[in-house]
Amino acid sequence: MKAGTLDRLLADRRAKRSVALVTRLEDGFAALLHPGDRAAEGVPREVVVEALRALAKGQSLPFEQDEGTYFIRSFIPDPRMVIVGAVHIAQSLAEMARLAGFHVVVVDPRQAFARSDRFVGIEISTDWPGQALEELELDRRTAVVTLTHDPKLDDPALDAALASPAFYIGSLGSKKTHRARLERLASRGFAEADRERIRGPVGLSIGSVTPAEIAVSILAEVIGALRSGSS
Amino acid sequence: MDKQTTPEAGDVLEQAADWHKEGEGVAIATVTKTWGSSPRPPGSQLVINAKGEFRGSVSGGCIEGAVVSEAAGVIETGESRILHFGVTNEMAWEVGLACGGEVEIYLEKLS
Repeated sequence: MKAGTLDRLLADRRAKRSVALVTRLEDGFAALLHPGDRAAEGVPREVVVEALRALAKGQSLPFEQDEGTYFIRSFIPDPRMVIVGAVHIAQSLAEMARLAGFHVVVVDPRQAFARSDRFVGIEISTDWPGQALEELELDRRTAVVTLTHDPKLDDPALDAALASPAFYIGSLGSKKTHRARLERLASRGFAEADRERIRGPVGLSIGSVTPAEIAVSILAEVIGALRSGSS
Repeated sequence: MDKQTTPEAGDVLEQAADWHKEGEGVAIATVTKTWGSSPRPPGSQLVINAKGEFRGSVSGGCIEGAVVSEAAGVIETGESRILHFGVTNEMAWEVGLACGGEVEIYLEKLS
């Protein structure tokens, strides 16, 4: 691969654009393709079609063609995790999720919590959760986790999350807290199918005690939802 | 949802670009095909520099050493190679996949 091709590929990734790298294995010829592209110079039409189909699914695979074998390497933007509540558990969860390949955003209007020295290298929003989540344009590759326990912060976040195709919505709190939360959602007009999208108590049941252990259980549940497509 | 995706691969390529900008010779190894229970899916990448430093992976640690050795030749000559590892490979006595899987790797120089 030429360094110029790699630079353009990395620029796409940094701008969170989906891109497929198509390499002809016989001679190393490489080209980039983006969703919506009709053609790429030097790439046969049927390889372009196959690359765009693979890119839409985020798949990487070889493609045999008369002229030789092409390898299609799809790069799609990292999944996102939006954490509402810059609390102690959030500090562990943000760091672990980042290591697991998520783009993490922490949302908390309480500026004493949402400080960059508590979340080094993590994107922070101090807007109110309803507004913050609307601006983040939650998509089907976004997970939302609320950790504040405070209805005036968690509830607007859940409203925004339920109005989106987010693949995972989880809310920290005991069974009792969760029941009360579901009752409030029902009184705001959310149907049962909506309310059932919220995982509560949040996380896999592994007997977690410390903030870091709870973060492990939440991250494991989020990854399970991402990889199984159970959303 | 997306079993084939390896999010960390992008960061591995950032490392390759950084080494190249520092004037270091760089090779990129990409898993192109797997058979059986190979640990890393197609698209997984390992980047290697002329000093033998590497980032990423193309297996569970079983064949990285062999790929790093091959990379030295690829960086020197600029000729890309297709490598095949598996239980039937003649290198299996020394280097192979304990899981019994097979993997094909495209190894090229960043030029």
